Amino acid sequence: MQGLVKTNKDAAFQMKPGKKMDSSLVRRLKYVRKNYFLYLLIAPALLLTIVFKYVPIYGAIIAFKDFNTIKGILGSEWVGFAHFTKFLSSPNFGVIFVNTLKLSVYGLLLGFPIPIILALMINQVRRAAVKKNIQLVLYAPNFISVVVIVGMLFIFLSPTGPINQLVMMLTGEPIRFLSNPDFFRTTYILSGIWQAAGWSSIIYVAALANVDPELHNAATLDGANILQRIIHIDLPTIKPLMAVTFILSAGGIMAIGFEKAYLMQTSMNLPTSEIIPTYVYKVGLQSGNYAYSTAIGLFNSVINVILLVLVNSIVKKLNEGEGLY
Amino acid sequence: MKIKYTRMDRMILGFNSILLCLAVLVVIVPLVYIVLASFIDPTILLNKGISFNFSDWSLEGYKLILGNEAMIRGFLNSILYSVGFSVVTVVVSLFAAFPLSINGFVGKNFFMTLFIITMFFSGGLIPTYLVVKDLGMLNTIWAIILPGALNVWNIILAKTYFKGIPYELHEAAKVDGASDLLIFFKIVLPLSKPIIFVLAMYAFVGQWNSYFDAMIYLDDPNLHPLQLILRSILIQNSTDPGMISDQLAMAELKKLSEMIKYSSIVISSLPLILMYPFFQKYFEKGIMVGSLK
Repeated sequence: MQGLVKTNKDAAFQMKPGKKMDSSLVRRLKYVRKNYFLYLLIAPALLLTIVFKYVPIYGAIIAFKDFNTIKGILGSEWVGFAHFTKFLSSPNFGVIFVNTLKLSVYGLLLGFPIPIILALMINQVRRAAVKKNIQLVLYAPNFISVVVIVGMLFIFLSPTGPINQLVMMLTGEPIRFLSNPDFFRTTYILSGIWQAAGWSSIIYVAALANVDPELHNAATLDGANILQRIIHIDLPTIKPLMAVTFILSAGGIMAIGFEKAYLMQTSMNLPTSEIIPTYVYKVGLQSGNYAYSTAIGLFNSVINVILLVLVNSIVKKLNEGEGLY
Repeated sequence: MKIKYTRMDRMILGFNSILLCLAVLVVIVPLVYIVLASFIDPTILLNKGISFNFSDWSLEGYKLILGNEAMIRGFLNSILYSVGFSVVTVVVSLFAAFPLSINGFVGKNFFMTLFIITMFFSGGLIPTYLVVKDLGMLNTIWAIILPGALNVWNIILAKTYFKGIPYELHEAAKVDGASDLLIFFKIVLPLSKPIIFVLAMYAFVGQWNSYFDAMIYLDDPNLHPLQLILRSILIQNSTDPGMISDQLAMAELKKLSEMIKYSSIVISSLPLILMYPFFQKYFEKGIMVGSLK
């Protein structure tokens, strides 16, 4: 009934813009008046969005200004793209940009397939109780805080920690995992997989549970072994899900989190551990260089949006026209 | 029908079991190590590793942590922030999701677009910080609770859930003359306990585990949540001098600071560890509703 009213309204809107639009407006106003309670309900969310999301988006124009807290956002002088050119031509730019890209791309390439493999493996476990307990254990690290994860890394990988005690037995020399820049990406990515792989496998496990068992039975009768059934039945089932997950994570490549990298930074591993988000924080809040920092952040977001669009169109081509949008 | 396994299949399944056992061990061993190490004297830990000779065990680490004022305050602050954050997030999300779940709600697309845009564009760190600062929220609990309270995913989750409630219930109530207000509070909310639970748990865990907002918005150490205290113990390696009486030798100090690392990890994770087995299925449910959209 409600849907019907809406279609009529839309049709009227298209036919005679002038007079009918008024009556459609009146009808809308009537609806709002009659259902004002609904608008009261949505108001807090709206207020929070405007204050904490849209005002900052507007505030981001300080990236194009010589921002001065006393003059305020509007009073400060325009400087155009000066902050952007400063960043792009600074000697730090190349290193930080490449660090950000490498950390995310390697993280994605390793982190994307592992949950899928894990889900395919869990799916083969026949006894429900065993399956449930495996999942209980594998999901647990997801609930550990990033501070504790990095704290554990420091404990396990310290020169006197348990891992280095093993290394010492083999080579006599401890490996400086935490201060050697060569190890930053490896420890960052592997600990990330340790924490998130189990939890990320959930949606695949659920999708696999929905595969019609008859398909498997029929394939078995035709002589297919488990590996063949995984390749020809299980994988095609989760393919659309894989595409969506991949687009979303690839689109978030430059949106890599600040929290863990910042905690893992030591003055020694900065050549590989300084990434755009940590740099934005240091330039902005530690050095008080608001406008410059905002420009760097904005640059990062723009690249991110471009990547999202790009990856989506590529996946769309590879995946028979099925993308995110 | 029962599937008969060929020899090849049994080999694959055996290999699969071995790999899964390995995965479980990889996850469990570091966690068990931390828990065991929290009871063992650091010098013994360094020389002998984990010892099962119970005379080497002590509760010293826990005594230090539980007797430390900063740690207790951090714990209480974290509870306050996490509970406050959950309440605000859940209320705001449920309120917003109800109108959006109603067919014919005028302005639905407009509001939805407004919310979804914020998933892809943000003003960034500094502009958000400036807003919080200009509102005078620095060094208040509001800086922790409000800026992140609106999560578009939560609205989508709640909206999807509300849509699953049969619309006939609304209509029947409307025929009886019930207002939207009555329908929301008397019909929809009582049916929504699972989703309320899921949203609250997600919010609680997220807030309990985060340190970033507190780091940038709260200068006052008295307001610091547990995670910031943990950061100084685990990562910055700075032990509050008050924690250890000053007559102790340097070596002893270092030993104790090693010791509290383990016990602080255990204590800080305790609430979540205790909650986890009971709530695991709800967390999973949350993910599933979200992926249906």
